Amino acid sequence: MESARSVFLRDEEIGSREDHVSQHGSTLARLRRDIGRLEGDALSFGGKGPPRVTLGHDEADAMLQGGLLRGALHEVFASGAQAATATGFIAGLASRVAARRPLMWIRQDFSERENGALAMSGWCELGLDPRAVVTVRAPDVEAALQITADALACDALGAVVTEIWGETRHVDLVASRKLTLAARASGVASLMLRIAAAPSSSTAETRWVARAARSPPRSSWQAWGAPVFDAQLVRNRHGQTGQWIMEWNCDECLFRDASFGGPATHPQPVAAALADRPHQTAITLQRRAG
Amino acid sequence: MPTDRIKRRSHCNDARVDTSPCIVVAKDHNALVISALNDAATRLGLEPGLPLANARAICPDIAVFDADDAADEQTLNDIADWCDRFTPLVALDPPYGLLLDISGCAHLFGGEVAMLKTICDALRRQGFVVSAAIAGTAACARTLTRARSGNVIAEGQEAAAVAALPVFTLGADDAITRGLRRAGLKTIGDVAARGRHEIAARFGTDFVALLEQALGAHDAPISPRKPLPDYIAERRFAEPVATDTVIAATLSRLAQTLIASMNRDGKGARRLEASFFRTDGAVRVIGVETGMPVTRGDIIDRLFRERLDALADPLDPGFGFDLIRLAASRTDDVVAAQRDLDAHVHDSDEVAALIDRIAARIGGSRIVVHLPQDTHIPERAMLAVPAQHRFAAATVAAWPARAEAEPPLRPLRLFAQPEPVEVLADFPHGPPAAFRWRRAFHRLALIEGPERIAMEWWRLGDRDDLTRDYFRAEDSDGARFWLYREGVHRREVVSFRWFLHGLFA
Repeated sequence: MESARSVFLRDEEIGSREDHVSQHGSTLARLRRDIGRLEGDALSFGGKGPPRVTLGHDEADAMLQGGLLRGALHEVFASGAQAATATGFIAGLASRVAARRPLMWIRQDFSERENGALAMSGWCELGLDPRAVVTVRAPDVEAALQITADALACDALGAVVTEIWGETRHVDLVASRKLTLAARASGVASLMLRIAAAPSSSTAETRWVARAARSPPRSSWQAWGAPVFDAQLVRNRHGQTGQWIMEWNCDECLFRDASFGGPATHPQPVAAALADRPHQTAITLQRRAG
Repeated sequence: MPTDRIKRRSHCNDARVDTSPCIVVAKDHNALVISALNDAATRLGLEPGLPLANARAICPDIAVFDADDAADEQTLNDIADWCDRFTPLVALDPPYGLLLDISGCAHLFGGEVAMLKTICDALRRQGFVVSAAIAGTAACARTLTRARSGNVIAEGQEAAAVAALPVFTLGADDAITRGLRRAGLKTIGDVAARGRHEIAARFGTDFVALLEQALGAHDAPISPRKPLPDYIAERRFAEPVATDTVIAATLSRLAQTLIASMNRDGKGARRLEASFFRTDGAVRVIGVETGMPVTRGDIIDRLFRERLDALADPLDPGFGFDLIRLAASRTDDVVAAQRDLDAHVHDSDEVAALIDRIAARIGGSRIVVHLPQDTHIPERAMLAVPAQHRFAAATVAAWPARAEAEPPLRPLRLFAQPEPVEVLADFPHGPPAAFRWRRAFHRLALIEGPERIAMEWWRLGDRDDLTRDYFRAEDSDGARFWLYREGVHRREVVSFRWFLHGLFA
């Protein structure tokens, strides 16, 4: 706790010093914001607060009161076996929020060894733009969080994704609050991907648990199509929670409803069987040896 | 120098080393001979090249040490580091010499005589026996140091200064020195008086070149250890400084100075080095790189703050630093640009600055962008390159377009090393029905394939990579995998090995 506080103090110090040094830059940023507000630019945040970005899935958007909030912290949890699914889900969220601006993907070295590296060919296949992705290989969790906080201060970025493997004491209320504040100040979305970790309390705007859902039945020559997620919204600061089967539409770069007309046509109970289960038990705790 | 090094190391243990004779021996033609010795040993009549047995006979209780060339070289390098404070042009003159190009530096230290005294005194305090000289050419100065220390020769006086010195001070081969003596040429003046063609015919042109340089007639440039930085700013302290705040404040003031002088030439820094000279002679150099030329002091400030914060072995001031130097070792031209008000035109600049800061913290190779490669081998289709240098190239890279309305054919996460899996198939050589990966059993519900990817035989060389048949598969829980079997049945392999190469979203 003590060390976290000292980190805070130091950051504020840095901030104030920077304001002092580059007054020119901050004036420019303020003028830019003012102009944006006058023109009603969707990217700049005037008095009304940050805008929301629709996901494309109607029910989820309604529950989120218009979509995912920019300039806030969003968390996606997944078990170790669902790492790739959760990666796809958060990639979808990030690309919706970033809207063609550069995306910074910060991950631990260990996560790369455990779940494989992010492949840009696969990124292309999801309809996303690999040119906008800057990848940071952080040596450990502390460095990853510090770099995330740094990156969130840069309002030229569209979104910052932080991929953290396993349970760690470094991601606590203090850390999440710090990221939330940084995201709110710059309007850059902070997306946290927690693999092999159980959801815990934080200051996140939304918290999701992502699982793979079965592909709907298709024609015989095509085994399966676009990624299908079983996305469970377990925390929503400004509304209710819910659970949906979503499909990522690679052509439109949108999430779509994928319940395919209910159980009559798609008899495998993808959502219903899981609906009553508390989300904590869904995650099997994994611990790293050594 | 080897005896000085040994004396310095054992100083606290044994104060007698100073005055007692001590020799360093090395093996030469199966005999241990003296390679270095101190003054006390010289007074006993010992000399380099004498066998150890003879030395023991002359002085039975002499201290003998083994030669350690690596340690000597390290010591010479450390001294050279320390000498960086006087001039950026320091060259090694193995085995035990250093050459400093002090053109235009001497007035900063109170003139040539005072500078020579400062250097010699400081090195003597450190426990070294020093012989130094200043002359118009490197060869002349080196010749003088072999005779007597403390000479400062004015421009044009070189020939007169070295004329009376014996020929061995030139530092030529033993064979040449012996030949000159046999010919009756005892001093450099004697040699210089002969016709050059005679000397060249007998001793070779290299020796003539050396002679000319020693006489000051020609000069050969020294080869400094480090390239000369483009811009340097430094600050000396009468009282050594040790606190972080003073160091940070000094760096930012130096950055301002550096920026001001670079601005005059329209340059920006691409690589910066901060050197911290400790009072006890140790020097620490810390460098930061930037993706774009930097022209603002506060950016340099911040980069160094990140770098110093993230050092694995923090800056150790010891008894304090008495000199801090900031040098721009690589610079680029700056194109002045008008800042735009209405749009985020400078977004890429801001991202580049962020990349620089992160690179300063964790290293440039850890922050990467991706470039497409013209190959269909999955693991080689993407090249990760440092974002600091290739960010601009990556933003305009041409990636292959995906086919509309097709499901993803390539996985989102790819393993650097495909992981071996055990596969169960319904019939031999058929598509897999289930597989075991990392001890977990996956029963496949949907499978599509194979997609055959042959290796690039024109690049293989002597490696024999096998053809791969890839399958996209979904298990009964909905998790999606990219599996492949290695080899073509009967043509390349008898039985297949299966691997998991990637995971689909």
